[in-house]
Amino acid sequence: MNRHLLSAADLSRDDALLVLDTAEELARLADRPIKKLPTLRGRTVVNLFFEDSTRTRTSFEVAAKRLSADVINFSAKGSSVSKGESLKDTALTLEAMGADAVVVRHGASGAPHRLANWIHGSVVNAGDGTHEHPTQALLDAFTMRQRLGRLEGLQVAVVGDVLHSRVARSNVLLLHTLGADVTLVAPPTLLPVGVEAWPCAVSFDLDGVLPKSDVVMMLRVQRERMHGGFFPTTREYSRRYGLDARRMAALPEDAIVMHPGPMNRGVEIAAEVADSVRSTIVEQVANGVSVRMAVLYLLLGGQLADTAEAAA
Amino acid sequence: MSNKWILRGVRPLGGEATTLYVDNGVLVDEDPVGAQEFDAHGLIALPGLVDLHTHLREPGREDAETVETGTLAAALGGFTAVHAMANTEPVADVAGVVEQVWRLGQDAGHCDVHPVGAVTVGLKGEQLAELGAMAESAARVRVFSDDGKCVHDAMLMRRALEYLRAFDGVIAQHAQDPRLTDGAQMNEGIESARLGLAGWPAVAEEAIIARDCLLAAHVGGRVHFCHVSTAGSVELVRWAKSKGWNVTAEVTPHHLFLTDEVVASYDPVFKVNPPLRTAEDVAALRAGLADGTIDAVATDHAPHPLEDKETEWAAAAFGMTGLETALSVVAAAMVETGLLDWAGVADRMSIRPAQIGRLGSQGQLLTPGAPANLVLVDADSTWLVEPAHSASRSRNTPFAGRTLPARIVATFLRGRATVLDGKPA
Repeated sequence: MNRHLLSAADLSRDDALLVLDTAEELARLADRPIKKLPTLRGRTVVNLFFEDSTRTRTSFEVAAKRLSADVINFSAKGSSVSKGESLKDTALTLEAMGADAVVVRHGASGAPHRLANWIHGSVVNAGDGTHEHPTQALLDAFTMRQRLGRLEGLQVAVVGDVLHSRVARSNVLLLHTLGADVTLVAPPTLLPVGVEAWPCAVSFDLDGVLPKSDVVMMLRVQRERMHGGFFPTTREYSRRYGLDARRMAALPEDAIVMHPGPMNRGVEIAAEVADSVRSTIVEQVANGVSVRMAVLYLLLGGQLADTAEAAA
Repeated sequence: MSNKWILRGVRPLGGEATTLYVDNGVLVDEDPVGAQEFDAHGLIALPGLVDLHTHLREPGREDAETVETGTLAAALGGFTAVHAMANTEPVADVAGVVEQVWRLGQDAGHCDVHPVGAVTVGLKGEQLAELGAMAESAARVRVFSDDGKCVHDAMLMRRALEYLRAFDGVIAQHAQDPRLTDGAQMNEGIESARLGLAGWPAVAEEAIIARDCLLAAHVGGRVHFCHVSTAGSVELVRWAKSKGWNVTAEVTPHHLFLTDEVVASYDPVFKVNPPLRTAEDVAALRAGLADGTIDAVATDHAPHPLEDKETEWAAAAFGMTGLETALSVVAAAMVETGLLDWAGVADRMSIRPAQIGRLGSQGQLLTPGAPANLVLVDADSTWLVEPAHSASRSRNTPFAGRTLPARIVATFLRGRATVLDGKPA
């Protein structure tokens, strides 16, 4: 693996499978009374969050702590673009503190790439602007494999605001690497110009795509998009691109419904769908910890054999 | 230092080797008494370069550039005249500010500084600035621009084009529809989709160019388009010229050389307005410059202090330095590719920009009687672009670390050497 995880494109097929397999092994820990491994004892992981994201930050924090790393939460909200302390100064501060890995969430696309120029530790992209969120894609792939037993040849529909979605970008890249077939479904205003170069299909018609989908991943519609003229009204969006019980019935029998959270119940996903047996939303959260453990563990050079011994 | 020169072995416009004589600020046809000899064997002589688009940042942002440092960089790049853009602090929208910039240029003495006047008060796009007062000032302003901002109100643009007819002024339009580029970060296309950066569509430039060609034709005004960057813009300018309308255009060296693929590094040294475009756009710009559709190369030299570039992409300032690398980049993009010869370079980098700016004493062919504004170029040698060695106060060159062809050996401003042996004279 590379020293950093900035994009899902950084992962070869072998890398990605190694992360998923490692995560699977680490997931077994969660069933034990003592959930902690000594693997990263003495290593420091910094959670550098320029945007609020309690769930992602907590997930990384739990992952690092289960590997016995020292965790520093560095909340820098509002101090970047607003010309407080610069990203570079923050990087130099973390460098001086001896961070072995920096998990960064930032509102600007590419901020983790910039950070990687300025520090020696590993940088993990925990979501950058409208660019990527590679650990989300890894946990999504992990969840699909867990539920459906395979990734190769799976038909995955990713539905909603693709234009502004870092989850969609990372999922398209990773799922392509892993042999799944992705179809993006959105109103044309929420697909980027240039999407034709992505390794996936594109459709404007959710009802046409659902009957042949093994996985439907619903993306969150951000509140500011609702007022940004991308579609006429929230109700119209919901009618055309929301997943309700009627639409869910058109899915093949074993198909699953995913959502990266947080959900807008009643907008992109109906409550009865979110809470149905097809829904993997709670599993995704649990799997997030295992996958992030695997990523930190592999980036910081842990040995799988050592872990097995330590766990034994 | 002597203002009398004998330049032996020099090749005007890349032609046959000859000797040029300089006396009292002009080219003469015989050996002036007491002249200094300069061995120019193998060097190409071009009329001193004229930049239609330079940001000297003074007054207001002297941390980025001053008239002194910017014009020294210009001389080192072979320029004998630059047009200083109006987006200073305060804005160059009254006679007092343009006269100040003009005088700072005179005092620095490295090259002529022709201030550009703002079209509208404070660049706000609401009310015409006192264009006539700036035209009649000591700075004799003929080029007016809200550069950095587009004059997007169609009625205001119409009035400005009409009004300037009284004193043969030109509007240098920064063609960018503001609504289509709200928050835009890079060219909209395959790369912006992949990088998750807000797209800047070609149509945002082309729609304004199309509109302003029609407006200029309707009122008989003169419009010049700053830094055209798309294949569609070239087509529109070609079409307007075929109609006989009074339309001119410039292209920057960086748009002739770099594509949006370099943005993948997220290094804001590549962040510029208008954004770097695709390889197809670069090819169309080169073809347009070669066939004369695009009249001029202009640098859009836009210095920024390090802290405005050492940031995440979205927070960084737009702009690149360009005065010291312009001729070399044009040599690489146009001469080495066979698209332009050196006479063509002289036309696009000196003669035509001087005509657009109505600069009588610049952009003249190197014949006896012409003002001795010239640059000597060693076309056969290459050099490494090292930002730390730049005379500009800023370091934001996108060509750092590249080896480029064509080295400036000497620059003469009205017979006085401003640069000798590639160094300030």
